[in-house]
Amino acid sequence: MKKNILIVGVGGQGTLLASVLLGNLALEKGYDVKLSEVHGMSQRGGDVVTHVKISDDNVSSPLIEKGEADIIIAFEKLEAYRWLPFLAEGGVMYVNEQQIMPMPVTLGQVEYPSEADEIIAKTAGRLVSFDALAVAEQAGSSKAVNVVLLGAASKDLPFTEEEWMKVIEANVKPKFVELNKAAFVQGARA
Amino acid sequence: MKRIMLGNEAFARGAWEAGVRVVSSYPGTPSTEVTEALTKCGDEIHVEWAPNEKVGVEVAFGACLGGARALSTMKHVGLNVAADPFYTAAYNGVNGGLVLLVADDNGCHSSQNEQDSRFHGRSAGVPVFEPSDPQECKDFMIAAYDLSEKYDTVVLMKSGTRISHSRGIVEEGEREEREVIPYEKNFQKYVSMPAMARKLHVAQEKRLAQIAEDAKAITAGGQPINRVEMNDPKIGIVTSGICYQYVREALPQASVFKMGIISPMPMADIAEFASKVEKLYVIEEGLPFFEEQIRAAGIPVHGGKDMFTIQGEYSANLIREAFGISVPKAALDENADIAAAPGRPPLLCAGCPHKGLFYVLSKLKTTVMGDIGCYTLAALPPTNAIDTCLCMGGSIGMEHGFEKATGSSKNLVAVLGDSTFLHSGITGLLNMVYNEATGTVIILDNRITGMTGHQQNPGSGKNAKGETAPAVNFEELVTALGVKNVTVVDPFEVKELEEIIRRETERDELSVIITRRPCVMITKQTGTPNVITDECRNCRQCLKIGCPTIEVKDGKPFIVQTNCIGCGLCSRVCPFDAIKAVKEGR
Ligand SMILES: Cc1ncc(C[n+]2csc(CCOP(=O)(O)OP(=O)(O)O)c2C)c(N)n1
Ligand code: SF4
Ligand code: SF4
Repeated sequence: MKKNILIVGVGGQGTLLASVLLGNLALEKGYDVKLSEVHGMSQRGGDVVTHVKISDDNVSSPLIEKGEADIIIAFEKLEAYRWLPFLAEGGVMYVNEQQIMPMPVTLGQVEYPSEADEIIAKTAGRLVSFDALAVAEQAGSSKAVNVVLLGAASKDLPFTEEEWMKVIEANVKPKFVELNKAAFVQGARA
Repeated sequence: MKRIMLGNEAFARGAWEAGVRVVSSYPGTPSTEVTEALTKCGDEIHVEWAPNEKVGVEVAFGACLGGARALSTMKHVGLNVAADPFYTAAYNGVNGGLVLLVADDNGCHSSQNEQDSRFHGRSAGVPVFEPSDPQECKDFMIAAYDLSEKYDTVVLMKSGTRISHSRGIVEEGEREEREVIPYEKNFQKYVSMPAMARKLHVAQEKRLAQIAEDAKAITAGGQPINRVEMNDPKIGIVTSGICYQYVREALPQASVFKMGIISPMPMADIAEFASKVEKLYVIEEGLPFFEEQIRAAGIPVHGGKDMFTIQGEYSANLIREAFGISVPKAALDENADIAAAPGRPPLLCAGCPHKGLFYVLSKLKTTVMGDIGCYTLAALPPTNAIDTCLCMGGSIGMEHGFEKATGSSKNLVAVLGDSTFLHSGITGLLNMVYNEATGTVIILDNRITGMTGHQQNPGSGKNAKGETAPAVNFEELVTALGVKNVTVVDPFEVKELEEIIRRETERDELSVIITRRPCVMITKQTGTPNVITDECRNCRQCLKIGCPTIEVKDGKPFIVQTNCIGCGLCSRVCPFDAIKAVKEGR
């Protein structure tokens, strides 16, 4: 088993929590795992990416290269588009349909790419695209978009729902555990 | 127990297990989480944020003299600030073990340059360690303290973005409590006056030669710290750190000499390795630090910087391409032009206190000598309100020089954050007083060190562990330096702020304006979201503050309700009073 998962989004959307949950679960199940993440300036609303590499063999480089991602989990549509070159042939995409306008678009300097939907659909081996923000709000908070998407992508990951619940309990602040569990379960049904 | 750890957490764990007692650092991406992790330890360690790296290294050196194992961490440019104590401590050697951790940033993820700290290490004459994954971060830290005490030397631990900010599995160990080593007066060793310094330099050369000779026997985590992985002898690679991981990924068949101690280089061992392989390659990010030394030792190098760039980060694909190996096949159609997708530059947060100031400076078309912090982002559209940014505290000196060159300080200001001012702005301001400047310095007092993830500082009223601590009074401090015109203002009072900036920049005397409002990431302020009502005449004044939650929808400004924190800045700049707080909650 070898899975390369790229989690992409906008700084502040919580890509880190998603990767930490995934990483801890992989460790518990006896896989080797490496993660690479972004701290610093980009966290202020810039584009952010977290690499998660899980394998029953040794993981060397913590980075997923172009063409190596088995799964891309995108918290925002433009970010899904931006990171497409990293998707492996036949790779799966989980995309939040939400659009967050970057400042150059708001200022009218460039346009939000209208062709994004079409190119994402054409490139993905399989595409699951839905409004994760709406699902998160239903689950109790717009901040839970990250865990909703993780729930959705869990179908392609070798862990049971029970294992996911445990890792959420162990890694999320107690007062947010129920919210995140609900978000995960609803995401898994999306 | 095995745990997933960030490289920086693993460094911290290693220091803790090695019995470190004193830690003094200044934050800087990508190094910050090492010291941050140590603040969560108990009383067995004294951990503090120093006002800058120079002080941090001096404190750590003092602690090592006092006989404790000590640590100071910093980003690459921080070592420039600390270079003065570093280069001489490198002569003195240690009493308790001393490790200085420096994190480079190839690829400039969060930095102003791609400075290569290996040169600092070599030039100062200290051994430099470089781990390649989180487990090694921990193991090398422990080995570094042992080596520091055994060979009587400061050790430089070199990290980088991909080492510090990658996570991997780490096996935890126990802490080894160490008695403080009694201090013995020894001015020949600890007073670097010329007569002593000359001898100390000779001693330093000797111990470096000894370390290079002993390298084969030095271990970390039970493994040789420099190791040879003999595979196919056709290709032999000399490498270290994160590049080792890329090499393993791209060239699994190659033979590899992986260095853990990268300076002094184990040249005899490299020569032996070179003799066993057909072609020797050197793979290192940045300048040809290894390559030039290997060539100078008379060892033929088949490929180095003639194959690889000195800019940016490497990757497995970069190595594959250089060796003519096919890269993984991507799903994306080769003709798709994704590069044309709009960029997503970082922005000041919704509700950021700095926004009010830069809205005004942008409006007044002021020439702004900038500095380093979240507020540097104001250089980007829509405010475009920063003219230059050099180094921590640099804004003040630049403003002074600019005035002396042009003969005027009208509509000219220096801006710098509270943490940056305390780091290295005070001396610049003193210089302005002393040399009779007439300029205006604006201190952006958001009560925290924002950019690096909200560390406390001497102005914030809390220490590294979050306990109450004395807070410097900025007004009194600048007054004591001799500044006569000091004004404090809330940067969200944009009208008042504008008047003050006009008045103070016109004045033929030096002034300081302190814009005081806490960072929203620490206040976690939430208010009623604002909406743009039908009164809106589409003048787009509100877009000029650069709030990330104001977008344009159907040709008109629109506030994304889920992200608006209700700070009210947009309603203050709207000339038609069209922006209101909505009554119903979210
Ligand atoms: C010599 C040096 N040390 C550390 C850093 C990392 N650094 C960049 S900005 C910053 C802190 C800025 O804090 P402050 O001045 O309070 O401004 P804020 O980000 O809160 O607006 C630090 C520590 C650096 N760039 N250079
Ligand atoms: S972290 Fe604080 S200072 Fe930095 S951009 Fe956000 S609100 Fe402003
Ligand atoms: S009130 Fe206005 S400026 Fe403040 S966060 Fe909301 S939209 Fe942005």
